[in-house]
Amino acid sequence: MTSNIVEIDNLSFGYKGRLLHKGINMAFPRGKVVAIMGGSGSGKTTLLRLIGGQIKPTQGEVRVDGKVVHEQDRDGIYQLRRKMGMLFQHGALFTDLSTFDNVAFPMRELTDLPESMIKDLVLMKLNAVGLRGAHALMPTELSGGMARRVALARAIALDPCIIMYDEPFAGLDPISMGVVCDLIRSLNDALGATSIIVSHDVKETFLIADYVYFVADGVVAAEGTPHDLMQSTLPFVHQFVHGEKDGPVPFHYPAGNYQSELLKQRL
Amino acid sequence: MIKSNLLNSITRLLIGVGHRMIARVWRLGAGARLFFLTIIYSGESFRRFHLTLREIYFTGVMSLLIIIVSAFFVGMVLALQGYNTLQKYGSSEAIGVLVALSLVRELGPVVTALLFAGRAGTAITAEIGLMKTTEQLSAMEMMAVNPIARVVAPRFWAGVISMPILAALFSMVGVLGGYLVAVPLIGVDSGAFWSQMQANVDVRADIVNGVIKSVVFAVACTMIALFEGFDAPPTAEGVSHATTRTVVISSLTVLGLDFVLTSFMMVV
Repeated sequence: MTSNIVEIDNLSFGYKGRLLHKGINMAFPRGKVVAIMGGSGSGKTTLLRLIGGQIKPTQGEVRVDGKVVHEQDRDGIYQLRRKMGMLFQHGALFTDLSTFDNVAFPMRELTDLPESMIKDLVLMKLNAVGLRGAHALMPTELSGGMARRVALARAIALDPCIIMYDEPFAGLDPISMGVVCDLIRSLNDALGATSIIVSHDVKETFLIADYVYFVADGVVAAEGTPHDLMQSTLPFVHQFVHGEKDGPVPFHYPAGNYQSELLKQRL
Repeated sequence: MIKSNLLNSITRLLIGVGHRMIARVWRLGAGARLFFLTIIYSGESFRRFHLTLREIYFTGVMSLLIIIVSAFFVGMVLALQGYNTLQKYGSSEAIGVLVALSLVRELGPVVTALLFAGRAGTAITAEIGLMKTTEQLSAMEMMAVNPIARVVAPRFWAGVISMPILAALFSMVGVLGGYLVAVPLIGVDSGAFWSQMQANVDVRADIVNGVIKSVVFAVACTMIALFEGFDAPPTAEGVSHATTRTVVISSLTVLGLDFVLTSFMMVV
């Protein structure tokens, strides 16, 4: 058994003739919280989809628990996905099911557990995210932060070894952000799982991550512990970590000459 | 110069037509693929029949009101128009046959399918399209749950089971509407109304053919609604266009299929 539960080797992926990733290498050690950071549109979420086998790489490979994901057939991919839990950006709760039924969904679909046991497990998972009292509410009755926590309870319903988080802090108020941040770390340690966080919220991510990858222009631009990256003098990392307006990532989208465009009759 | 411009315009036009044709054929193939996958992954819909039963409630039971009210009015109009023509030939007693045959052979299956596409088909497309937009289908995939087995197949079988029943109800209520106009309102003899109907409506040639039509329309309408939802771009505009396409394509398909099926049934 290798120490890395997920390994990405020389991965390239693109569509419509445009390469989004150009030879990415990453390793996700067991039991650690690893973050993938980068600007919007840098292909962070696509990396999660590649790990989950929802799309196939153009070149290179992703290995989960030693198995090459894109070489698996449908059953093989489903077997791998049973080891994964994923928290989507907006929760992706099933809107026709209650909070309780949402968390019970993977248990009912993938196991033969009796209803009495499912009830106990669901209440335990909801209790872990502090929402046992909200079990009867429908997703439309939950706030953004609560929905994210219910989705987290659903993601850990079957005690996965890998938990993937797609922008877990996006659009949350500071209190909810703190709660989710704390939950990610504590659940990871309690379950002995590996967490992969895709985010561009520097403060929260650096607080809980053991290791961070920065993705820019399709490659890993920088990597290291949060402490190392805070001290980094690399222009891109410095601009990103300190939230500076201009730097290697320009403020302006590439455009033609400003003056001549203003003088033109039509664009 | 003019000649080369004309040539360029024709080339662009042909390229555009070609692209559209390829896109249509691609969608047809994708729809057929979804249909076969739905059949392959249908086991779940019957093993856990409560999933299908729930969808039967939403597509079938919830469509009852519009079907019954429409059928009632269609039957009444048929009786009025039929009487108007038949009385000129002194055969107003045949009004029962006219109403029943029109409903059982044609209007029952066709109007039910059109109403089904408008009421349940659009709901199916919008629901699945929104599930896609809000990443619910992706979430299911990531949980190792097949969305075709869990979401598509139960809705498909719910449609296939519901529509023939709705079409039968449509015909029954339509006949009742026709009776109310023909007998108490116009004064056609009640005995003649029913006995002519009993003598001239054939189980094999009329009722069974009507049921066959409604099953075929059910498969077409439900599959179109499911495919449009499944294939919708994950945006508000994408779902809105998909919902519109469901109604337009279902309606045209039903009317086209009706002609083809009627032709075959007349030959056989």
